[in-house]
Amino acid sequence: MSNSFRAYVGNEKHQKVLIPIISIVLGFIVGIIIMLFSQLNAGYLFTALLRGVFGINTKFIGTSRSVFNARYIGEFLVSSMPLILTGLSVAFAYRCGLFNIGAEGQVMMGSLFSIVVALSFPGLPKVILLPMVVIAGALGGTIWGFIPGLLKAKYNVHEVVVTIMLNYVGLYFLNWTVKSLPGSSLVRTVDIPDAAWLGSDFLSDITNNSRLHWGFIIVIIAVYAFYYIMNKTTFGYELRAVGFNKDAAKYAGINVNKNAILAMTLSGTFAGLAGTLLTCGTFNYGRVIPAFENYGFNGIVAALVGGNTAIGSVLGGLLFGALQAIQPIMQANGIPREIAIIITSAIIIFVAMQNGIKSVLNKIGNKEA
Amino acid sequence: MDTFYGMLTLTLIYSTPILVTALGGMFCEKSGVVNIGLEGLMGFGAFTGATVMYFVQGSASGPYFALLMGMLVGGIVSILHAYMCITLKSDQVISGTAINMFATGVTIYMSQIIFGQQRTVAFNESFTKTTYPLLSKIPFFGKFLFSNIYPTVFIALILVVISWYVLYKTSFGLRLRAAGENPHAVDSVGANVTKIRYSAVIISGLLSGLGGAMMILTQDIQYTSVSIHGTGFIAMAAVIFGRWKPAPILWASLFFGLSQILKIYSTSLGIFAALPLEFFDSFPYILTVIALVVFSGKGVGPKSSGVPYDKGQR
Amino acid sequence: MNNVVEMKDITKRFPGIIANSHVNFDLRQGEIHALLGENGAGKSTLMSVLFGLYQAEEGEILIRGEKVDIKDPNVATKIGIGMVHQHFKLVHNLSITENIILGVEPKNRWHQVDLKKGRAQVVALSEKYGLTVDPDELIENITVGMQQRVEILKMLYRNSNILIFDEPTAVLTPQEIDDLIIVMRNLVNEGKSIILITHKLKEIMAIADRCTVLRRGECISTVEVAKSNPSELAEMMVGRKVNLDLNKKEIDEHKTVMKIRNLSVKDSKGLDAVKNFNLDVRTGEIMCVAGIDGNGQSELIQGITGLTPCSGGTIEFLGKEIQNTKIRERTEMGLGHIPEDRQKYGLVMDFDIKENMVLQSYFKEPFSTHGKLNKEAIKEYSDRLVEEYDVRSSQGSDTTSRSLSGGNQQKAIIAREVDRSPALLLAAQPTRGLDVGAIEFIHKSIVAERDKGKAVLLFSLELEEVLSLSDKIAVIYEGEIVGVLDAKDATENELGLLMSGAKKGDLPDYE
Repeated sequence: MSNSFRAYVGNEKHQKVLIPIISIVLGFIVGIIIMLFSQLNAGYLFTALLRGVFGINTKFIGTSRSVFNARYIGEFLVSSMPLILTGLSVAFAYRCGLFNIGAEGQVMMGSLFSIVVALSFPGLPKVILLPMVVIAGALGGTIWGFIPGLLKAKYNVHEVVVTIMLNYVGLYFLNWTVKSLPGSSLVRTVDIPDAAWLGSDFLSDITNNSRLHWGFIIVIIAVYAFYYIMNKTTFGYELRAVGFNKDAAKYAGINVNKNAILAMTLSGTFAGLAGTLLTCGTFNYGRVIPAFENYGFNGIVAALVGGNTAIGSVLGGLLFGALQAIQPIMQANGIPREIAIIITSAIIIFVAMQNGIKSVLNKIGNKEA
Repeated sequence: MDTFYGMLTLTLIYSTPILVTALGGMFCEKSGVVNIGLEGLMGFGAFTGATVMYFVQGSASGPYFALLMGMLVGGIVSILHAYMCITLKSDQVISGTAINMFATGVTIYMSQIIFGQQRTVAFNESFTKTTYPLLSKIPFFGKFLFSNIYPTVFIALILVVISWYVLYKTSFGLRLRAAGENPHAVDSVGANVTKIRYSAVIISGLLSGLGGAMMILTQDIQYTSVSIHGTGFIAMAAVIFGRWKPAPILWASLFFGLSQILKIYSTSLGIFAALPLEFFDSFPYILTVIALVVFSGKGVGPKSSGVPYDKGQR
Repeated sequence: MNNVVEMKDITKRFPGIIANSHVNFDLRQGEIHALLGENGAGKSTLMSVLFGLYQAEEGEILIRGEKVDIKDPNVATKIGIGMVHQHFKLVHNLSITENIILGVEPKNRWHQVDLKKGRAQVVALSEKYGLTVDPDELIENITVGMQQRVEILKMLYRNSNILIFDEPTAVLTPQEIDDLIIVMRNLVNEGKSIILITHKLKEIMAIADRCTVLRRGECISTVEVAKSNPSELAEMMVGRKVNLDLNKKEIDEHKTVMKIRNLSVKDSKGLDAVKNFNLDVRTGEIMCVAGIDGNGQSELIQGITGLTPCSGGTIEFLGKEIQNTKIRERTEMGLGHIPEDRQKYGLVMDFDIKENMVLQSYFKEPFSTHGKLNKEAIKEYSDRLVEEYDVRSSQGSDTTSRSLSGGNQQKAIIAREVDRSPALLLAAQPTRGLDVGAIEFIHKSIVAERDKGKAVLLFSLELEEVLSLSDKIAVIYEGEIVGVLDAKDATENELGLLMSGAKKGDLPDYE
């Protein structure tokens, strides 16, 4: 190995980028190995990715059928958007030194608030109802983030345990509410009024009838807001100071508790918006959810892979959105869709192993010395 | 009155997986490692139990064999958690989260590979509810403790006694408790913190696997993605509610088991009929949050729980 | 030869420094051998090598004439070496007996821990050596002195006969120190041999038979204490007197900026660590609070700066009572604070230098307007401070603070605090653990503040620093001021007596 390569991998700054990439590659390798062991064609993973992300169906190359189908791109974005938001949610709290494992529940509360508002004011015009629905979703998540933040600040109760517990409370609360709304069946509510719908015929048309919806604008605003708050404002400076070193922050007169509450609360806001996107964009009705759909947990992975930054969460969200989007394609090819979940969890395991990866990189880096 | 005894028996049955898993979680946390992967470990145990059960049904010892296998798989998977948390000093919460996700992925994937469907194929027989002659004639206790009950309940109750004994009467237990409070103290007297913590994590894996297998073999006929539905987290709640001690964990588990039973009986019990079923589902979680607030500031949890042990830091 | 320990030619390096360079040390059967040196002289490293915590690169260790390889503390314990660490290694919610037997638990027939037997052994040992403890009490409920006795019992329970005490008196009250000295005598009489790590001359004179002096990793000399005297030892310890002549300006006019009256502050256990505390700090004057570590200095600093609430009394700063105000308010009024623990409080280690430079002022113009940070202004400001205060780093203002050396980290903090031109600069242990070059720079910066007519409140544990830097010295003992003297008239001897609580000095009249 050349010396410049060694110097590159030994450098801490480069390692910040290298470790997530290595983790992702290793995660895919684990997935491939498992597929090979179960005597499945691992190549399908890559053709599925091509199709699921870029809309290119390699099977149709050389046939008269169209190789490119924009619908897949649309669906890929639809899967990615909530994950980007939950990624931002986890990352935001993490930067303040808090672990929000409750994005899952905050998504549910966002869904719940959105669906209740959407169905409660059927007569309102879109310019009024749609913003109301979005704000309601944000509020639902915000409340569910505020509770653990408050308990952490006031009683020093660990946010991880509280958010785990609130995930389940959120899940059951959502299911009960959805079932109780007028007209609901045992599994879903009635359709929301058009005025509360994020979907658009235009977006659907340009992506060959995908479910692509206006939610991407919310995502873009959220990403920019995250970046701006974190890097450009005194509030972001305080959050980061608290996240890195509570004692020094206190020494500098920063109100540590207030920042902890705000960080958890706003973290919930991002996740709540994901709930709105799901209820009023991806679907157009409220759903009874038998078990977690892992939006929050995938958000943790997205944030970790993305180094808890805004742009990193976008990339992470897209990656795991892709893994979600290829699931039906894999299943159709006789490959259990859960391979995507296995790959995702393998990636977190490797990200969590970063100390180990780091020491391997440092060993390579220091060989010349 | 029969309904009452029936409820008590069912409470015991439903508490069993919570209790067994919570005991595992207790060992893990007492040694200084947080394990939020209990849910996933239960999933591995349940999937293994259900799968093995399907293939060995017909033999009398089959269910026990299935339990054993579920327990073993839980133990093996937990080595991964131990390796990440102890050897690599990874974030313990992230590691646990990874194990939970890993469990949902791997178990359903394996179901598809083995059975070609999203769930294991149902087993026709498993543990059978037994009424023990003579013992069931004991006044009061015999009516619910020895009538119409699964033998897994007794395994769980014996495990409580064993756990208490190991934790408070053996040198391993003393060192384990010390490792969760001040690992430096343990290290300075020549005991091996790494070994203690590995053992504790693996115990938690074995017990969670066992708990998962017990749950599937007594409350279900097959493993699906929703089989465990948060029981691992309820077990975690029971550990907190039971303040990291075996006997209180028994009471907490019974209490949470009861809240699940009330859901089943709620329609026939006047006072509870008005409450939505979801209330009973979320009850343990709400209660735990309240318990955390009430206990806060009293520092009941192991002091060094969640903190990787770094020899260099003194 | 009845040497129980012989360490020959020991060399131990850490990245960047040689902690021990060809050190020779021996311990005779039944003696108390002091290991003397300043902070960072290599005492603890040498003993860590003996106890198996570190491996020496060069040299050999002989125990009772036999060459040994002490790979880890287990080996050390097996060959009879025990150590009382400066920070006790006790499990707070276990009983004294459980702590003592941990690791070598007595078992009964059923392989059960035999607490009764353990307890009996603890009682026997404690009676034999005069180490009073209550074997059933939990560690969290006992005093520091008793915790230390538990640590000693732990060694005795393991049949150690070579006992290392690392700065054992640092945390003790004078009465407890007296008790400890008696205990140590008992131990020696029973055939144990003791190594005492310390930098306190008084203790050595009181108890040690011989003394080995270390300075900057090298062994200076080993002397019989009876044939030596404190001033000789001190000179060996410090070496050539570092020229700390600071050329202070004569200032005649003083104005009181801070008046502390009847202040009390509680420690983390809820006990009064500072009580009935009175002090005046004046402009153009360095007021030094001197004392032995753990006499309430930390709590006093936290009380004055607002990190811990005061439980009683008043602090008047520039004519306003501040004891109940927020930290930020005090900072803004003109209180500069160089904190005791620079890595814990002084810097956000993962921030780069420029972010740390505005830690106290990021919310103000020109560094931010309407809640938005102004990165150019921050960078410009930080560049100026880095230049002026000679903060050396690889990438200037953009360097991560973590990668700075200790001295440069401290310079960055001083730059930040001094440049705000505070009316009162509180400097807590500003030179702890730093090299001579950095110490000199920091001393000069502090004196410059005083010469500008600012008030300086200095906290120091180093007598030498106290004497060379201060104008006035207030000695703190058990949370109270026991004497205020002019630095010009103060002698080490007198300060020592005051600091150890042996004597009460004069106090000014506080109205």
